[in-house]
Amino acid sequence: MIRLQNIEKVYRTDTIQTLALNSINLDIEKGEFLSIMGPSGCGKSTLLNIMGLLDAPSKGSITIDSQDTASYSDKQLARFRNKKLGFIFQSYHLINDLQVLDNVELPLLYRDTTAKERRALATEALEKVGLSNRIKHFPTQLSGGQRQRVAIARAIVGKPEIILADEPTGNLDSAMGNEIMDILLQLNRTDGTTIVMVTHDQYMAQKTHRLVRLFDGSQVQ
Amino acid sequence: MLKNYFKIAIAVLRRRKFFTFISLFGISFTLTVLMVLAAFIDRVGNSNYPDKKRDRSLYILSMEMQGTKNGYYNRGPHSFYFLEHYAGSLKSAEKIAISSMFDYSSTYVNNKKVAINQKYTNAAYWQVLDYDFLEGKPFTPQQVANAERVAVISEDTKTAYFGNIPSVVGKYIEADDIKYRVTGVVKNVPITQIMMYGDMYLPYTLSKGDYKTNKGFNGNFSAIVLAKSAADLPKIKKEYAGIVARIPITDKDYDHIYSFADTYFVGLVRTILGNGNNSGVGKVITGLGIFVFLFMLLPTINLVNINITRIMERSSEIGVRKAFGASSRTLVYQFIVENIILTLLGGLIGIVLTLVVMSLINNAGLIANLNLTINYTVLACSLLACLVFGLLSGVYPAWRMSRLNVVNALKAK
Repeated sequence: MIRLQNIEKVYRTDTIQTLALNSINLDIEKGEFLSIMGPSGCGKSTLLNIMGLLDAPSKGSITIDSQDTASYSDKQLARFRNKKLGFIFQSYHLINDLQVLDNVELPLLYRDTTAKERRALATEALEKVGLSNRIKHFPTQLSGGQRQRVAIARAIVGKPEIILADEPTGNLDSAMGNEIMDILLQLNRTDGTTIVMVTHDQYMAQKTHRLVRLFDGSQVQ
Repeated sequence: MLKNYFKIAIAVLRRRKFFTFISLFGISFTLTVLMVLAAFIDRVGNSNYPDKKRDRSLYILSMEMQGTKNGYYNRGPHSFYFLEHYAGSLKSAEKIAISSMFDYSSTYVNNKKVAINQKYTNAAYWQVLDYDFLEGKPFTPQQVANAERVAVISEDTKTAYFGNIPSVVGKYIEADDIKYRVTGVVKNVPITQIMMYGDMYLPYTLSKGDYKTNKGFNGNFSAIVLAKSAADLPKIKKEYAGIVARIPITDKDYDHIYSFADTYFVGLVRTILGNGNNSGVGKVITGLGIFVFLFMLLPTINLVNINITRIMERSSEIGVRKAFGASSRTLVYQFIVENIILTLLGGLIGIVLTLVVMSLINNAGLIANLNLTINYTVLACSLLACLVFGLLSGVYPAWRMSRLNVVNALKAK
């Protein structure tokens, strides 16, 4: 589903050059739930951003669903992300000015959908994460766990084949973290969604199919 | 989509009430000033009472004499002699109205002093201009020739002097201890129509300045030349220029004389800004343009600034939207729409403010008989100005926002 070949990422400033990722080769199968672990600053998030086409590698190639996106324009990339990918962030990144339902509908705004369809799909996604009774709330009226569930609903509303989660349980206590993890596992199992999750938490990582460890930008496991 | 943009625009506006207030205040205040100004210019420039035949009229308002050797300079209205003698000899003109600038006089009603601005006119004045007579009629050429003490008065003068009585024709009105018989009452003319304004109109033959013996060029009179058709105007201008060029200058101090038959607007501008052959219209247009531009630039820059500050605030939103499939162009579109919503809101407030200010000006009677109204041209210009505001102040910040790198945008808190 996702194939990374010889991925390298270099950050340059005037004086120094930092190698954030060093020849990463990774094949992620369709339907796989993969976790990426490693100490802070080892390049986990950079790798996830590259997989999510939010950042471009300095070297190497990436194919998603057998499509090479290297030559895509801004517009084509946006379309591709919208169709194939869903994102979950550690700090949720909900739009506080919008109600839960509007937040969840967001990815559908960039597709050809009617307001009615958007509403139906968003309600369905919120039902999946158990928040259908909170659609009129604003994000600031929800707990951390609830917010992350809204973020998951937003990530799955467009029915993407891949979900990229950057420390989704990082800001939550273990009970809420487990809830979130259960939802992700459920999605992977029942809908066959491919999930790549960056985490610090060994316990969460063990629940996934495969674990990749990074250290100083290189793959060690 | 638009509904969603609208929702977020309103939410953002409500979240930062102070910024919103500053933005809206800037836009609405600027628009109010521009609209009141435009209405004022419109009233002065386009109001056609009582000169309804403005399209086929030329105005000879002021003359200028220059002495290049000694640097002498003299500008002002003409003498009656000058206008009658030179403008009066125009062959291509149909009629020529000659009238004085208004002169102050006073009278007493119930021991209260009432100011009356007198204006002296010839008989043709009443044919060139279309005053609305509420009663009576203008004085006749015969009455002018006989220097009869007759007067046409304005509606306001009638009320001030006689009170609310149905008819005053044939009654006497006293000003500066002279009694005049009223022949007619006309609708008021605002003072902004400076060439036509007056409280009381008298035959020029009654004028105190000795128009018969003053053979000089300077005096207190101006003329309106009526052509048979608008097509004749260039011909008349040319003929008048030829006449002026041949005028012998008897005063040793001067060697140049300038007097022009101008269209209304050019004539007005020349009176204030004219210099030699230059009417000053170019200066006025450039000046107005720069003024409006600078005046609109202030709130625009203010908005650009506020909008850029908001980028940082909303970087997370921008990052999320991009991650979930918004292209840069879609984001630019969103922010411009938001900005246009803001400016249109400011525009609406501006229109309300304008109505309030106009009614204040009209009711305060700062300028007699001037009734400012919003007309459709002004309204259309204002709405256009709003859109331009919205675009100008939205495009650059929107472009900056859309260029934000997603990863950095999501990192920023």
